[in-house]
Amino acid sequence: MSKPRADAYQEFIKGLWRENPVFAQVLGMCPMLAVTNSAVNALAMGGATFFVLVASSLLVATLKRWIPRQVRISTYVIIIATFVTVTDYTLQALIPEIHKELGAFIPLIVANCLILGRQESFASRQPVRLALMDAAGMGAGFLFALLALGSVREVLGEGAWFGIDLFGPGFEPWVIMILPPGGFLTLGLLLLLFSWIAERRQRLAERLAELETQTR
Amino acid sequence: MSQDPDLTPAASDTRPAEPTSLRLVTALSLAGLLSGIIIVSVYEATLPTITAYQARMLREAVFEVLPGIERIQRLVYRDGILVAEDAEDTDDEAIFGGYGGSGELVGYAIPSAGPGFQDTIRLLYGYLPSQRQVSGMEILESRETPGLGDKIYKDQSFVDAFRGLAIDPEIRAVKKGTASAVNEVDAITGATISSKAVVRIINEGNQRWLARLAVPGDQPTEERPEPPATGG
Amino acid sequence: MKQQDPRLLVQPAPLLKQPLTTSMAMFDVLLALAPATLAGIWFFGLGALLILLASVAGALLTEWTFLPADQRRGQIANGSALVTGLLLGLSLPPSLPLWMAFLGGVASIGLGKLIWGGLGYNLFNPALVGRAFLLAAFPVAMTTWSAQTGPADFFQLASSNLAAPLMHADYDGLSSATPLGLMKFQQESTPLWELVIGKTSGCIGETSGLLLILGGLFLAFRRDLDWRIPVSILLTVAILATLLFLIDPTRYPDPIFAVFAGSLLFGAIYMASDPVTSPITPRGAWIFGIGVGLLVVLIRYFGGFPEGVMYAILLMNAATPLIDRYSQPRVFGKGLESARSGHE
Repeated sequence: MSKPRADAYQEFIKGLWRENPVFAQVLGMCPMLAVTNSAVNALAMGGATFFVLVASSLLVATLKRWIPRQVRISTYVIIIATFVTVTDYTLQALIPEIHKELGAFIPLIVANCLILGRQESFASRQPVRLALMDAAGMGAGFLFALLALGSVREVLGEGAWFGIDLFGPGFEPWVIMILPPGGFLTLGLLLLLFSWIAERRQRLAERLAELETQTR
Repeated sequence: MSQDPDLTPAASDTRPAEPTSLRLVTALSLAGLLSGIIIVSVYEATLPTITAYQARMLREAVFEVLPGIERIQRLVYRDGILVAEDAEDTDDEAIFGGYGGSGELVGYAIPSAGPGFQDTIRLLYGYLPSQRQVSGMEILESRETPGLGDKIYKDQSFVDAFRGLAIDPEIRAVKKGTASAVNEVDAITGATISSKAVVRIINEGNQRWLARLAVPGDQPTEERPEPPATGG
Repeated sequence: MKQQDPRLLVQPAPLLKQPLTTSMAMFDVLLALAPATLAGIWFFGLGALLILLASVAGALLTEWTFLPADQRRGQIANGSALVTGLLLGLSLPPSLPLWMAFLGGVASIGLGKLIWGGLGYNLFNPALVGRAFLLAAFPVAMTTWSAQTGPADFFQLASSNLAAPLMHADYDGLSSATPLGLMKFQQESTPLWELVIGKTSGCIGETSGLLLILGGLFLAFRRDLDWRIPVSILLTVAILATLLFLIDPTRYPDPIFAVFAGSLLFGAIYMASDPVTSPITPRGAWIFGIGVGLLVVLIRYFGGFPEGVMYAILLMNAATPLIDRYSQPRVFGKGLESARSGHE
């Protein structure tokens, strides 16, 4: 019984780092660049995507026996679109201010290749429990990446984090960070940082393995 | 990947190979039907909150640009006159009349829109016919450059410049610090294009509406507020 | 790229060895810039010197940090980062906070050069990338110009220079419009003599037309730059400005003003002629120069900004690979027909 549990944990944790949808797979770039000009927007967008991904994966994994293979993609799109629309209305009712800022990008979650990709490559082939863990991991990984980008851009571009002033009134905002170029720049730098850390970890692991063989 | 014995990928591949097209159609229709039901119910559930919010925002904006009014009434221009019309399902362009405590007309709140530096700017401005003045301006929607163009609503001194602004011959945006005439506003340094866009949008609104407001037969709006069904 | 001065040359004739290396070319550029740099410091005081130091420090530090350890010494010694930092510093307004100048140096080398693969691989002029970054990030600070202090107040530092890192600069009312700003927004001209010797406000290194031209002549005679590029840029601007001036002298400035005002001379001589980011063929150089000149006139006269040299050069930088491709000289002995059929 302990092995499946470890499996589930693995499925969750891989989305956070090793197979992070943004930093490792470079998926979902459109919302990534468009709505991360503040941490709040990033959180709302990441949360919405997380919900749609988890709910769709859950449903797809549950219904996979009844979905004919020939129309599976259309069915996934219907399922995803339903959850996106539900999210859209809910956000509009609950947090209209932020919904206004996110604008067209909430409906565009339908087109996020991350979500459809997870249905096709994972949820439709795996048991419900694992599909759920995978979706939660990927969703959380996406949320984490959005939040990282949004935080950097808000801190430099507005001198604030979640609207809380960090540097006092004398701060000189980096206007470029709020603008689209800032999104590209920050994303590039974060990708650089991610690969750098990944490379270092790999080198460390190799060295450890080497040491092990030597001492043996 | 998963080692679960009961649900390996192979298990799902052993399904009947070729389902009939009837089955495909049924599956899709069923999915569509379910999806439709869910969407409609969520839509119905959230609609009141959404419309209430939008109406509240608009009301607040109207009260903001027309200081000192007590009550507002939506007006549409139809067959050459302004008539009160609360239903929003017609295609007519609407403005809002603002009325003082004793029911007299104070001014109109006029929505107008036009291209800004990046995208369409939608705004609402108050107009006082008695003084031929703009009494206030509020940006409803804009995607101007953060830090520069967004000063058209974040810079209080720019917004304040539209309180008591003469509209004759037309409003002009001039270089910061040089506004001298009653129809001039200081443009925002670094956001001249956005500032001029705001002024142009108001001037366009005036061109479209002022003639209609001055329609003879006078004060069609003053007789109308009698029906108390305006929900003030 | 790894080998600096190859001892053995394997190449087809002509086997004329040219004694030009990167470090020598960079030294020539430094020499050519020296008069304009000293003039800038003379005109704008200690603050200008500190800005130059800050941007150079940012450039060198970034180069040092991100290069592999075995390449550091050689790359720093060839002086290209030093030149980039200096060019950036000279194109900054004299009242800019020092931390921004430093950040500009970092962006120049990091975003303008290293991410492309280092010297020789960059598509855009690194100094201009740094400047464009600063202009997009701090539009107000980058367009606030202080008046010249003159040698008497040499040690008087503008308080804005010393703004703490990340903090807003206070400008103590010393803002003054550049000649191009005066022309664009007030239709006011500046006396020619002031433009030529540089007694105007503007970027640190751009004001003195005379000294910039002297440095340019030096570089052209040393064959460090392709003379066609600055000449074609200046000619294009002069011709278009003359046409516009003839059409409506009240609205458009005279052509001499157009050439001497703003950063046109500085950009044409020192930025556009960067051998890495400009076309290598003579025909390409002409096309490149004419393109820059055309864009400068379009942006200055019909755009929202008073000055457009930076964007003009960056845009043409982007077109450089294409120009190079289509301006390849015909292979000797091959007619146009055969060349074309060779492509198909």
